[in-house]
Amino acid sequence: MSIFTTIVVALKALRRNPTRASLTTLGIVIGIAAVITMMEIGNGSSSSIRRSIEKMGANSALVRPGWRRTAGVSMGSGAAMSLVPDDAEAIGRDCPHVALVAPVVTGSGLQLVFGSNNWGPQQVVGTSPEYLTIRNWQIEEGRAFNQREVDRNATVCLVGATVVRELFERRSPIDCEIRIRNTTFKVIGVLKSKGANMMGWDEDDVVITPWTTMRMRVTGRSTGTATNTTSSVATSPSDLYPVTGLELYPEQSSNLTSDTKFYNKFIKLNQIYFSATRAEEMETAIDEVTRLLRERHRLSKEQDNDFRVHSSGEFMKMLGSTSTVMTNLLLGVALISLIVGGVGIMNIMLVSVTERTREIGLRMAVGARSRDILKQFLIESIVLCLAGGVLGILLGHGAALLIESQLNWPIESSPEAVVAAVVVSAAVGVIFGFYPAWKASKLDPIEALRYE
Amino acid sequence: MALIELKDIRKTYFLGEIDVPVLKGISLVIDRGEYVALMGASGSGKSTLMNTLGCLDRPTSGEYWLDGEELGSASGDRRARVRNKKIGFVFQSFNLLPRTSALDNVIMPLAYTAGNLSGAEQRRRGLAALKQVGLEDRVHHYPSQLSGGQQQRVAIARALINKPPVIFADEPTGNLDSKTSVEVMKMFSDLNAEGITVILVTHSEEIAACAKRTIRLQDGLIVNDSANANGGER
Repeated sequence: MSIFTTIVVALKALRRNPTRASLTTLGIVIGIAAVITMMEIGNGSSSSIRRSIEKMGANSALVRPGWRRTAGVSMGSGAAMSLVPDDAEAIGRDCPHVALVAPVVTGSGLQLVFGSNNWGPQQVVGTSPEYLTIRNWQIEEGRAFNQREVDRNATVCLVGATVVRELFERRSPIDCEIRIRNTTFKVIGVLKSKGANMMGWDEDDVVITPWTTMRMRVTGRSTGTATNTTSSVATSPSDLYPVTGLELYPEQSSNLTSDTKFYNKFIKLNQIYFSATRAEEMETAIDEVTRLLRERHRLSKEQDNDFRVHSSGEFMKMLGSTSTVMTNLLLGVALISLIVGGVGIMNIMLVSVTERTREIGLRMAVGARSRDILKQFLIESIVLCLAGGVLGILLGHGAALLIESQLNWPIESSPEAVVAAVVVSAAVGVIFGFYPAWKASKLDPIEALRYE
Repeated sequence: MALIELKDIRKTYFLGEIDVPVLKGISLVIDRGEYVALMGASGSGKSTLMNTLGCLDRPTSGEYWLDGEELGSASGDRRARVRNKKIGFVFQSFNLLPRTSALDNVIMPLAYTAGNLSGAEQRRRGLAALKQVGLEDRVHHYPSQLSGGQQQRVAIARALINKPPVIFADEPTGNLDSKTSVEVMKMFSDLNAEGITVILVTHSEEIAACAKRTIRLQDGLIVNDSANANGGER
């Protein structure tokens, strides 16, 4: 008896009692619908988390200097000041999975002055043009600075939305001149608002300038942080001549600057931002960067890294795991309801076998082997479960859509869940249909024919 | 030529510690084209003999040859195949599938025939069988919409669907009134005239008189085996 004929026979048998068939399969319908709805809601919320992280630049990682111990005392993170501009350049050059690199020097406690207004922004960032791309930051108005301006220490800057509000009282700041310490910067662009980041920091309270300008004219010290006072060796010209804002050398032409790059020898970076070629390559890129920096910093195998790499992926994982736990929990409940549905199927199939004893006897008398009977009842229960599964998928998707429209929860349809639902419902059919089918196939045809 | 040959068939039921012998050594030859009535009081073993002949049951010992095959010791699957291809059953209580059309009832055994026929071929054969029993205008009726005689004719059509050489009828008129009984018995006579071997089980002398040969059982043994003078004349 071919599978096709068996299915036809099973369908005919089910059609003889449609009410019972549909009530039997209701358990499966509800179970599968619950699974599908849970999966769609779960997927929706995790992808909305992913999207919001991507908005902050998902495909980016950050290298920070590590800590340093001096005479057994930890000087805290960032104390080592181990990153130099050459490191950034080497990362860009030698790591194949790194797409963009931006060196970052930061200054804190700096005050901006514009006319009679002043404002202390949360962050003054000195960096390269790639920084905006890596952090997925758009320009609202004006333009970003370019590499040429970085090379010649141009006194230009970009300002964030909060700075515009506080310092310029919402007027367009383009071409205005602001003063940081003793240097005057021309505002060439306004950054698009990013809002608060996940730590609650106002990301828009920022001024971005070329890092060369920042280092040479504003912070003016190689060590950057006040904690590093233990260093008695002067490593930059500003340490030798600690007068801030004073030009030590005559200003160079951009040609000359790019030829000599003397500052590389003296300047340390607070951070290096980089992005991977693709989000999936982030792990590889981090490995490459770690290896390269260890090599460049001449760290022996026993030594710990004198830098740390953070990626936004870590954050994503943490947030994702919360929603995964929730989804799994609900999925577990849904699976239990599937098992209950399966028990219902088994129950009704047993009743059906008893009720159709004469039919089974007749089928055996006209030539059905016991395996034909087994197959018939098994297929019947599988068909019942699969029909329930399909109905459940539709119902579950409908419920998810309803939740989306009524409660405004993000949902995302999940093809894997659909496949899983079909497989699971078929499996329920096999598992819970087997015993009744086996019982039917073991009937004695003579007894069965005589059964009243 | 012998279609059915039984050689010292014995059947004993083992009920706990007591052995109940039901058939105590039956030897019998039925030729192709015969019309035999199997008679006997209840408990005489005629149902057991019928089940053995119909390959529904296996004898405890003895040889059973059907159409050149020894089936006394055949496996369940082999007996199922024989039931499908070589034997047609007609039951007292019709045993039609409820809420299933006459045609679907008739072609039901084809589902278990090796080398499945196409749907159209099954239908064609089903319609031919229904025509043979004179029910070509009741093809799509459910059993509940048919009279008792019509239901039994659907059952006969079902028995004929695989063109078996032998048909077993177990009290085929037991649930019918006398008028329809005559119709049904006429049908068996017609089938026998076409060359099909018919074996009836009955305890009605009147019905048995339709057959050409009567075999009487008593206490698991054949006590009488005789040709009917006017067999098949009615």
